Amino acid sequence: MDFSFIIIQFISGLTMATLLFLVASGLTLIFGVGNVFNFAHGSFYMLGAYFAYEAVSSLHTNFWVGILIAAGGAGLAGILAESLFLKRIYGRSEEGGFQLLLTYSFILVIDDLVKIIWGTEYKSLLRPAGFHGSLEIMGLTLPLYNIAIIAIGLIVVVIAWFTLTHTRPGRVARATALDRETMAAMGVNVPLTMTLVFGIATALGGFAGALAAPLRSVTPGAGIEVIIDSLIVVVVGGMGNFWGAWLGALILGEVMAFAVAIIPEWASVVSYLVMVLVLIFKPEGLFSPRQLRTV
Amino acid sequence: MEYRKSIGSTAFAVIAALGFAVVPLAHTSGYQIMLASHILVWGLFAVSFNMLWGVTGMLSFGQALYYGLGAYSVGLFVKHVGAGWFVPGMLVGLVLSVVISLLIGLLVIRVGGVFFTVLTLAFGQLAWQITFRWYHFTGGDDGIQGIIAPGILSDRIVYYYFTLAIVLVSIWLLRRLSQSPMGVLLRCVRQNPARVPFLGQSVRMSQLRIYVVSCFFATLAGTLMAGVDNSIHTDMLYWTTSGEVILMSVLGGIGQFFGPFVGAGAIIVIQDIVGARTEYWPLFIGILMMVIVLLFPRGVVGEFQALRTKLASDMGHAGG
Repeated sequence: MDFSFIIIQFISGLTMATLLFLVASGLTLIFGVGNVFNFAHGSFYMLGAYFAYEAVSSLHTNFWVGILIAAGGAGLAGILAESLFLKRIYGRSEEGGFQLLLTYSFILVIDDLVKIIWGTEYKSLLRPAGFHGSLEIMGLTLPLYNIAIIAIGLIVVVIAWFTLTHTRPGRVARATALDRETMAAMGVNVPLTMTLVFGIATALGGFAGALAAPLRSVTPGAGIEVIIDSLIVVVVGGMGNFWGAWLGALILGEVMAFAVAIIPEWASVVSYLVMVLVLIFKPEGLFSPRQLRTV
Repeated sequence: MEYRKSIGSTAFAVIAALGFAVVPLAHTSGYQIMLASHILVWGLFAVSFNMLWGVTGMLSFGQALYYGLGAYSVGLFVKHVGAGWFVPGMLVGLVLSVVISLLIGLLVIRVGGVFFTVLTLAFGQLAWQITFRWYHFTGGDDGIQGIIAPGILSDRIVYYYFTLAIVLVSIWLLRRLSQSPMGVLLRCVRQNPARVPFLGQSVRMSQLRIYVVSCFFATLAGTLMAGVDNSIHTDMLYWTTSGEVILMSVLGGIGQFFGPFVGAGAIIVIQDIVGARTEYWPLFIGILMMVIVLLFPRGVVGEFQALRTKLASDMGHAGG
């Protein structure tokens, strides 16, 4: 195992981690603010990939414009799903279970709608102009598009961090996560906040799906793989914890990248092992404060 | 009221059992016997699942793991050792089920609510991945075909009665459990976990117990299915199988003991009618799930009972 192999796998892991983070941060945001676990989050990721494909192939837009259209489209789909369906069952007793089932039904419906519209065959999206080649540094060949994804991911992390901590909408979202009643009493439109958070989170998911499309082929059913990986991320990092999602994505991305290179057959099983280890030793997630155990 | 309700569901159970018992006697085709077997096996699977969700409030999205475990225990024994190992395969599957559900249970019940659901899903998918990838042992995506029970059980009708007997005994046991003090404790775990320690009982221990019991019967259903279909496939372990058993329970009504059984029957009959005519079965069940969750959360049996109660009270008003 020489040095260049390690660097190349490390970059590949960072790329994976960035995409995972974009999905998992949305998942964790929805959970943190709305206390909803969105099973269908992976489906919005998949929608993003298809929207980008459609924008580039039939509207002939520039790749980057296509990515933005995809993010907007996925966000809009998220807003519709939340305001037309999810909103109706907030506050119902045993709400958690039924919310999960509703988001589960979104997966089934979105998956089949995608099959009806785009068919079951693989779709591919080419890398944008100028990002086909690779970068040569110190004898290492690093694919340019992967570097671009990592850079975009870093920018999104900084913007998200700044928005959440230094702007009024970010503070409102965080405060709503802590205490919905008080925020409502202070005149904040809590239902609207939840809808917007849902929209932003699904837009992030769609953005990730569109960015990932040139690396992985676009197929229906991609949603479930992504949701499982991102739930491992949030279990490892701690649910509802923004930085936890980032570190969880980093760990899982790197573990998966090296597992794929060393034991390709069993790579997907390795990611579950990470989750099991975390569950055994720190079930509340690596980066959450230790909670008091109940009986 | 409780007493009358209990009479009602006992009557339902007796009529249903008699109905299933005469299926092969009427002029039925092999296909109809197969359909009845499917309802029985899925009915047991759904009732055992509902002991977790409807009774104890633990929504598991990973019961396919145990269902598949049962099917694959039988299938692998028959494939690698010999057809005579069908019944020993069932027993080994049940023992493995207890061991695995204890280990996984210890991990997943430490986290509550949504996390429980999500983690059971993750473990289910882990089992699916392993079965899918371990080609030379499990047959991977090809599944295992030609699983036929040995001796007298190889006869369709005998196997049907074998299935019926096991399902009836299992459901009777689960019904007993549900009405026992343990069942009351489990309802308490769902409704008011904070009070459970006041009874000198442990929430975690109760959850672990019912998790193991529920998984045991899910495995049993899986072992029976291997002989009904004569073939097994990795799809039995896939998360959509867990989703299907949830849909059956919620369609029938999770608040009633026999609700999930009714739901299983309904889904299998609908699948038989609609599934054959459309390739978009997931879209259909997705919309069905949406409609139930949004409009009829009590399920068919629950809504029916609510309607009956309402009618009874209206008549009471009219009469008095």
